[in-house]
Order: sequence, then C-alpha cells, then structure tokens
Amino acid sequence: MARVLINVPPKAKRGEVIEIKTLISHPMETGYRPKGDGTFFPRDIIQTFVCTLDGEEIFRADLHPAIAANPFIAFTTVARESGLLVFSWTDDRGEVQTEQAKLVVE
Amino acid sequence: MSGFDLSFLSRRRALIAGAGALSTLIVRPARATTETMQAAIHAFSHGAPIRQGRLKLDIPPLVENGNSVPLVITVDSPMTEKDFVKAVAVFNERNPQPNIATFHLGPRSGRAFISTRIRLGDSQTIMAIAQLSDGTLWSGSAELIVTLPACVEN
Repeated sequence: MARVLINVPPKAKRGEVIEIKTLISHPMETGYRPKGDGTFFPRDIIQTFVCTLDGEEIFRADLHPAIAANPFIAFTTVARESGLLVFSWTDDRGEVQTEQAKLVVE
Repeated sequence: MSGFDLSFLSRRRALIAGAGALSTLIVRPARATTETMQAAIHAFSHGAPIRQGRLKLDIPPLVENGNSVPLVITVDSPMTEKDFVKAVAVFNERNPQPNIATFHLGPRSGRAFISTRIRLGDSQTIMAIAQLSDGTLWSGSAELIVTLPACVEN
C-alpha cells in the first residue's frame, strides 16, 4: 500500500468551490531509465486517477510517463451536499489503491 | 591557376553542401518530435479547429529540475450546466512521448482548475487544449527552459 495524502477542507459552505489536493507515493517508472546493463527499468506508472462523490464521478485524469514521480493532483468541486469522497489510482500492474475522505457541507 | 579556381569552387560547393546537410541534421529531429505532438493533438481534437485563448498555463519559465515541474491550468469558463469544460489535455514536444495527461472535468468542478507536477526531458513548449461542452477547442501554450532535464541520471 502506497502512502497517500489527501487534503479536503474540513468544512465547506453550500455552493462553495473547494480545492481537493491529492498526493500518492509511486515511482512512476517511465520505462526509459537505463539499468546500466543495456536494459531499462520496466515501465510502471499510474494510468488513471478517479475521484467520486457518493458514487458520482467528479474528476478523472489519464496520466502518462510525463507526470512526475509521486503524482500530485489538485482539482476543484462544488460543495453541494455532504458525502463520501472516494479516490482511486490504477497503475500498470493493475493495482488499485483506494482512499476515502468525508466532505462536510454546512 | 585554373586548377586552383576549380578546387576553390569545389571547396565552396562542398562547404555549402556541408552546411545544408548540417542544417537538415539540426532541423529534422525537432520537426519530427513536433510532428508527434501534432499527431497526439490530432488524436485528441479529431481534426477539429483549435482556437488560441481562454486557457492559461501557469508554469515557471526557468526550471532547474525537470523531474518535477509545477503546472497549473486554468480555463476561462463559467462552468455551468450548459457551458463547461469537458476535458483538458496537455502535450509536450521533446519528451519521449508527446502526451502528459488528460483531465476530465464537468459542471460539478465549479472552476476549470487543475494543478499537478510534470516531468520534462528538455527545454521546450508545453501545450494544453481545452474541450468545451459546445465542442469548441481552445489552446494555450508556455515555453520554458530546463537546466537539469529529467531522464538523465541513472
């Protein structure tokens, strides 16, 4: 399990646009890094990142090797209702990391 | 004398030919990579016209470390149910692959804003294209210098 940092404002006013920041520890191996013996480290990158709120997709990103190691992604959403935010990262090896955070709207 | 003239001419010709060969050597790789970026852009736009504007790329003009370059993208859009940004794709021309990322937004995003960190293999131009809900495409670009490119250390 990779370490994940998620930053969601502790409380949001109804209708307010909030910024959600995410950081996951992942090597994002490009497949172009030489091992030194003429071969390369095999590619292993996070291909997709999805954020849903109560099952509804609010943000999605398709990533390529040009994304820096330990991908940082920040995006915004309108705080309408309190709910459960689910974040998931899928990498080349098919491993899916899922994290949750609560969105509190007053 | 005539022999000297001839050799001078041929040397000049050789120089011109050499310079021509050199310029094609220099120009070709850059053009090729820009073409791969154009191909990647075409795959995203499906040949639809792309207009300049509305999209802003916030990226430092001089980067010390190409392994992690902060990038902020904002698109001028009201982000309502009827008028919003559907997707933003980011491209580069000098990395091994032309794609950087594609972000999918919607009216729920509230603002057309994305912040991330990217990897750059060389000094180059970064281009982003926003696809709006009405189908129009808007582009923005930024040129930057990378002093220590990514993908060089082992």
